[in-house]
Amino acid sequence: MNSVLLSGCEAAAEAAIAAGCRFYAGYPITPQNRFPEYMSVRLPQVGGVFIQAESELAAINMVFGAAAAGARALTSSSSPGISLKQEGISYLAGCELPAVIINMNRGGPGLGDVTPSQSDYFQSTRGGGHGDYRTIVLAPWSVQELYDFTYLAFDLADRYRNPVLILSDGMVAQIMEPVRLKNGVKKLPVKKWALTGCRGRKPNSIKSLFLTPGVLETHNWKLARKYELMEKREGRWETYVCEKMELVIVSFGICARIVKEAMEQARKEDIRVGLFRPLTLWPFPYKQLRSYLDKVEKVLVVELNLGQMLDDVRIAAGDKRRIFFYGRPGGGVPTPEEILREIKKK
Amino acid sequence: MKALYAKPKSLTDNIMIYCPGCGHGIIHRLIAELIDELKLREKTIGVAPVGCAVLAYDYWNFDVTEAAHGRAPAVATGLKRVLPDRFVFTYQGDGDLAAIGTAEIIHAAARGEKISVIFVNNGVYGMTKGQMAPTTIPGFKTTTSVEGRNPQVHGYPIRICELLATLDGVSFLERVAVDSIPGIIKTKSALRKAFNCQLEERGFSLVEVLASCPTNWKMTPEQAMKWIGQEMVKYFPLGVYKENSASLGK
Ligand SMILES: Cc1ncc(C[n+]2csc(CCOP(=O)(O)OP(=O)(O)O)c2C)c(N)n1
Ligand code: SF4
Repeated sequence: MNSVLLSGCEAAAEAAIAAGCRFYAGYPITPQNRFPEYMSVRLPQVGGVFIQAESELAAINMVFGAAAAGARALTSSSSPGISLKQEGISYLAGCELPAVIINMNRGGPGLGDVTPSQSDYFQSTRGGGHGDYRTIVLAPWSVQELYDFTYLAFDLADRYRNPVLILSDGMVAQIMEPVRLKNGVKKLPVKKWALTGCRGRKPNSIKSLFLTPGVLETHNWKLARKYELMEKREGRWETYVCEKMELVIVSFGICARIVKEAMEQARKEDIRVGLFRPLTLWPFPYKQLRSYLDKVEKVLVVELNLGQMLDDVRIAAGDKRRIFFYGRPGGGVPTPEEILREIKKK
Repeated sequence: MKALYAKPKSLTDNIMIYCPGCGHGIIHRLIAELIDELKLREKTIGVAPVGCAVLAYDYWNFDVTEAAHGRAPAVATGLKRVLPDRFVFTYQGDGDLAAIGTAEIIHAAARGEKISVIFVNNGVYGMTKGQMAPTTIPGFKTTTSVEGRNPQVHGYPIRICELLATLDGVSFLERVAVDSIPGIIKTKSALRKAFNCQLEERGFSLVEVLASCPTNWKMTPEQAMKWIGQEMVKYFPLGVYKENSASLGK
């Protein structure tokens, strides 16, 4: 397989194209400006559509239209822009339309700053928009993983007819790393529900409004069964174990990558520490984390926020273990040495 | 025997739940008639608004999607760009198009999206029970301007055709009214021009239809129809605001 040097934004763009995505709409925002810039050149080369929208609101609704037409469609942004997309994500979920949304998380709240952050964990995993819905959330820690997850996200979106989020960050967006590229997909799934004009069939409609008493509830129970299926099948995680572990660190995305450096350093110093890394933030791998935590006394959660995944770790752990937290909520990443110091404190 | 009158194939058998004397039903039917006449039914994708016409997919017998409040032009942009040979139109009220969706309509027009927009201007927010709209004319009483719209407090109405006429991406703009038989005939011919504009790939087209909302205007259907011709047209003059015969290019 050929390997090329790409930035995170470029890798995600290439993955989308390889996955058969031919529609991108977005609005510039740091630290993911490379995304629309790259797509504006690349998509027309493969017969796709690039639109620089007038806002993130418009962009997500253009994606809604493209998805309704049956296309694989993508939008990307960073935190303030993702807030604006929540309306559209809720409608995509309610209307059961597949789409992929990439968030290169930057510091918040408000305008915050433009450095890497994980402060959109709650927004990504707890809905974000209005209504009772779920989205699969993938959290990559490298450019390769961002590539692989973006490719996968289109399959998941189509399989469940649901929006899929990638929660990445300003660092993975901008660093350059070698990426093994995939062969493009040959056959895209047939979408009988899509709006293409009703030639030879009954008219299709796409909607999330159900005014007849009881119908919305039936619709939402149907969605619930779909979410259950996702929970059963789509949880992904990775572990780094060692013998006689004393401490387990739970961390995701770019932060976990720094934690891993610190962990390796700690092991050299004979500190018995392991790492559990959720790859999907929703569905969160509660059960797997639980069985992993059963091996240790102490847990340290490390995030680039004030402690958001911490809630999920607490749910997984029950109240038996001692859970410590180390967070950096101001944008920016800690050094491995900083984390090593935290490990030693526990 | 020759049939003189039949329901268009592009309308379903569902009973419309609009109030008596409402403009929406008339405009729905005109659209359906034209889609039949132009043989577009099997290649049409409609985008319904949030407003009284939110259930339009129950009435039109072709592919229709909902759109979030005001976002229909963005949704239509996505549909049309993916399926450029299909016929795509949005149907939007004045709250939908001229308030919450102002950015989306202006930019779809500026981009010259090859879609057709049917803009139903009834001067109020119908569905939410008659609040002031961006098109409520000065002096008119609504549930959020109970003394009548006062420009000193509420500002002035927006004239969408006049506003969009300044944009190069726009190929066809006309304001009509469904307040009388001649008005309805005129409306159909304006819609035909707008639809043809899209079919000939000439760019963005919009027809603004002044329409009645007797319920929230607190008028009888007859009074409402008369009021359009007597008062509304003073603030919103009827006519063609833009007509480009040349194509903007693909
Ligand atoms: C984001 C959002 N804000 C507000 C509403 C409530 N709402 C529904 S319809 C409507 C106004 C519709 O008025 P108009 O577009 O003039 O259409 P009409 O009902 O008069 O045909 C409003 C404000 C909504 N559904 N979504
Ligand atoms: S409230 Fe007004 S716009 Fe809505 S259906 Fe009734 S008459 Fe028509």
